[in-house]
Amino acid sequence: MTELQTLPAPEKAPSSGGKSRGAKFRVGSPKGGGRKRESRGTLAFSRSARLKAMAKHAVLIIAGGIMIYPLLWMVVSSLRPNELIFREPGLWLNSLEMGNYTDGWSALTHPFGHYMLNSAVVVIGSILGNLISCSMAAYAFARLQFSGKKLFFGIMLLTIMLPFHVIIVPQYILFSQIGWVNTFWPLIVPKLLATDAFFVFLMVQFIRGIPTELDEAARIDGAGHPRIFLRVILPLMVPALATTTIFTFIWTWNDFFGALIYLTDPEMFTVPVALRAFVDSQSATSWGSLFAMSIVSLLPVFLVFLFGQRFLIKGIATTGIK
Amino acid sequence: MSAISELSSMSRRKGPATAEEKRANRRDNKAAYIFLLPWLIGLVAITVGPMIMSLYLSFTDYNLLQPPEWTGLDNFTRMLGDARLHNSLRVTFTYVLVGVPLQLAVALLIALVLDKGLRGLPFYRSIFYLPSLLGGSVAVAILWKQIFGTSGLVNQVLAMFGITGPGWISDPSTSLGSIILLHVWTFGSPMIIFLAGLRQIPNMYYEAAEVDGATTLQKFWRITLPMLSPIIFFNLVLQIIGSFQSFTQAFIVSGGNGGPSDSTMFFTLYLYQKGFGQFEMGYASAMAWFLLVIIGAFTAINFIASKYWVFYDD
Repeated sequence: MTELQTLPAPEKAPSSGGKSRGAKFRVGSPKGGGRKRESRGTLAFSRSARLKAMAKHAVLIIAGGIMIYPLLWMVVSSLRPNELIFREPGLWLNSLEMGNYTDGWSALTHPFGHYMLNSAVVVIGSILGNLISCSMAAYAFARLQFSGKKLFFGIMLLTIMLPFHVIIVPQYILFSQIGWVNTFWPLIVPKLLATDAFFVFLMVQFIRGIPTELDEAARIDGAGHPRIFLRVILPLMVPALATTTIFTFIWTWNDFFGALIYLTDPEMFTVPVALRAFVDSQSATSWGSLFAMSIVSLLPVFLVFLFGQRFLIKGIATTGIK
Repeated sequence: MSAISELSSMSRRKGPATAEEKRANRRDNKAAYIFLLPWLIGLVAITVGPMIMSLYLSFTDYNLLQPPEWTGLDNFTRMLGDARLHNSLRVTFTYVLVGVPLQLAVALLIALVLDKGLRGLPFYRSIFYLPSLLGGSVAVAILWKQIFGTSGLVNQVLAMFGITGPGWISDPSTSLGSIILLHVWTFGSPMIIFLAGLRQIPNMYYEAAEVDGATTLQKFWRITLPMLSPIIFFNLVLQIIGSFQSFTQAFIVSGGNGGPSDSTMFFTLYLYQKGFGQFEMGYASAMAWFLLVIIGAFTAINFIASKYWVFYDD
């Protein structure tokens, strides 16, 4: 196993603490192209270049500030007494008001934690489903020769771009006839069947970059496809699996449309539909607790963003996930 | 690199299977179909099956309770005379045709500023990227509803300058604009694709241009833009397909009714109301297929037009 890990798989995540960490995950910087340009800049660091850099920083700080301000303001407002939300555009906090959080937590039929748990179940099921089904399909597309491969691969790519709405009505009819409305199955089972074709594509791209010599060596040692897949390919495609996990987490956590259609019983609500029920049921007086629960709902996504950012950026840059 | 370039290169590369491939065929067929089994089941049961079913339903009248009743082209002729549907098309087209170019322009602009080894790049990139992760959530839509409300954040700031702003989302003339702004706000992911593309442009082109005395603007028009055009094209195709399906933001901001006066009644929102509000499943299916045709047409036009402006280096 240690041998395999030292092999130069193309997009392999550097082991933590590796020196090359930053450079490797810089977006699409093959051969450190970005670096080179940087050093060229410092060599010719004239007055005008310095001014130019300062101007750029000024533009970026202002633009970034405007971008991020609404989010910061929502966080601050959630810690303010309700009436200030419509009067105080600043970020200054006079006192820390936790009441919005306790109020919001118990504002709906169930405590907000109940909906978060529902969401967690759907998220975990979706992640497992995507990881298993997409990696299997990707192995077939990337490594195996079979009749109809080109046709199926083309169809798979087309389904990435297929609008969800074209299939939602019959899908709803199908699932309601099985009696799956107000269960989590309609949200999880499609993932077990690799309908998030985007991840199949992402993994195909990744597996193509793993040297085939490894498969052949394993085959000579008598390994069949299941073994090659489990013992050779899967351990080497951990970065692609991580990207899939993170995107599935964020998309499923945020998924509103699917939950809106399939989950009508408050008992089964996931976080997005619970928030929607909250915003519909409350008059304008409880924006504080609404903000508080909105922040609670964004927190997991934010944490995933903090810790999984490099996989996210790598994933977008190489495949163009939306 | 992308699903799109893969598709277009597949259509170009057609040849008989080599002897080696044929030999391999025999060897792997069984294993391959076992590995593909979940995907194949999904393709038949979750994707293609329902597609055919919805095509059938689009020619019927179906309310879930009685069996579907064949009505021929009735749903489609009804669509021709449905003024609310026409309005929803207008709203959606405005959203796509204004929102997508605006978002991509901002993404490109910031990517250009961020390129060329600026200090603190990872920090800026994170700041700009974060909104595109959160933008699709109900929570951000709720935030938007407040910010652009009558006494929301925007009007509070405007009030500091003595300006009384309108109720952005309660005024039909500005409500769609607020949602377009939300779309522009999520420019982070196309920006990252642009950044990756900018890194691929060989530096020697710029060096050669500098030797010839090219100005910054000339370098942008003559090098950056042509070299980046495949990426711009890729972003354009993806964003247009995605924007036509936009739903959550309009739904939450308008409280689910596409108001005020249908000014944020997106096509998908109207489809949802017909299908899952009034259970007119036949009509909703017809609308869904119409949406597929529109998206397909836009994508086709994009591909045809790309021959005139997208520059491939190879």
